[in-house]
Amino acid sequence: MTTRRERAWAAAAAVPDPEIPVVTVADLGILRGVRDEDGVIVAEVSPTYMGCPATKLIEDAIAEALHEAGFECRIERVLSPPWTTDWISEEGRRKLAAFGIAPPVGGANSKRALFGETVVACPRCGSTETERISEFGSTPCKAQYRCKSCAEPFDYFKCI
Amino acid sequence: MTDQLFDALIELADDNLVLGHRLSEWCGHAPMLEEDLALANLALDLVGTARALYSLAAEVEGKGRTEDDLAYLRVEREYRNLLLVERPNGDFGHTILRQFYFAAFMEPFWSAAAAGSSDARIRAIAAKAAKEMAYHLRHSGEWVVRLGDGTDESHRRMVAAVDALHHYTDELFVASPAAEAMAGAGVLPRREAMRAEWDRLVGQVLAEAGLTAPDVPWPQIGGREGLHGEELGHMLAEMQYLQRAYPGATW
Repeated sequence: MTTRRERAWAAAAAVPDPEIPVVTVADLGILRGVRDEDGVIVAEVSPTYMGCPATKLIEDAIAEALHEAGFECRIERVLSPPWTTDWISEEGRRKLAAFGIAPPVGGANSKRALFGETVVACPRCGSTETERISEFGSTPCKAQYRCKSCAEPFDYFKCI
Repeated sequence: MTDQLFDALIELADDNLVLGHRLSEWCGHAPMLEEDLALANLALDLVGTARALYSLAAEVEGKGRTEDDLAYLRVEREYRNLLLVERPNGDFGHTILRQFYFAAFMEPFWSAAAAGSSDARIRAIAAKAAKEMAYHLRHSGEWVVRLGDGTDESHRRMVAAVDALHHYTDELFVASPAAEAMAGAGVLPRREAMRAEWDRLVGQVLAEAGLTAPDVPWPQIGGREGLHGEELGHMLAEMQYLQRAYPGATW
């Protein structure tokens, strides 16, 4: 028998990310947890970037999913500890790669390297002969790369 | 203490909002698509940080004002941003150098605040902002080197940008009475303490770019007292137009 909290988690965790719908908010680690507070489900949500325009959309989608599952709920925005790409689950990384987005490489704490280069493998052919086109891509959390082996451009979920 | 915390938060929030708005003016006008996306993303980061800071300031003030009231309903003289961030965009070289000067200060500043602020709410915002500033620093630093060490034309323009902007950088290290009080209480890092790291970062990048920082006999300061260039008024007129013309409008 599942508890109320577990059912609430299942409902909230299944919400897809609005910009990368192949992964869920739980895969990305944006949904930090749910708790039961006197009959109200409180969903803890962390933004990837502070100015991420999808933050509000994600919070609304989680609230809607919880309502539909029959829960009264409230969203709590959690800034600390800050979200990092280390929180993306293994399952999430596999889904990103299958979708054509290179998952983040390595740990999140290499910021001191001012001009450091990261080796990013092409999500299509696996080649590591890739080059960065732009530090910034279609969303704040992605950079644009190009594969020199298969010539495909692709998004890289960058490390923060 | 509460008043001074509010004032110190407003200074930081205004820096972020004004620079974020300046960058947003590039949307659709950048020299190439990748850079258009980049500048819009940098703008989003700054506006996002400004929102968090205004919200905290409003909470600290406790008078029922919101982040929107603070952004849209204060006049020019109430804005406490640095003069550097309100400088017009100029060409892309000016914009990217302004970004580099700012990020080279804010990355160490937010890192220090994340590690050492006595206020957990500020540590949370700072930890997030420090990660974002690291990207801004890298992106703008790369461009300064590429353009400064690029063609004759790009070099000429970067020299002009350094001449136009460098004398606004001393203000980064000036502490208002509120900032001084917050540094004394351990709530925010001491601005002057960022000098060594800023000099190191800026020195390294300008040298790689083949650029020379000019001597600055008369640093331009005044933003923290609400004394701005006329360009800020023009910017606010556009940014605040909707709330001024249709008070309380929402969508």
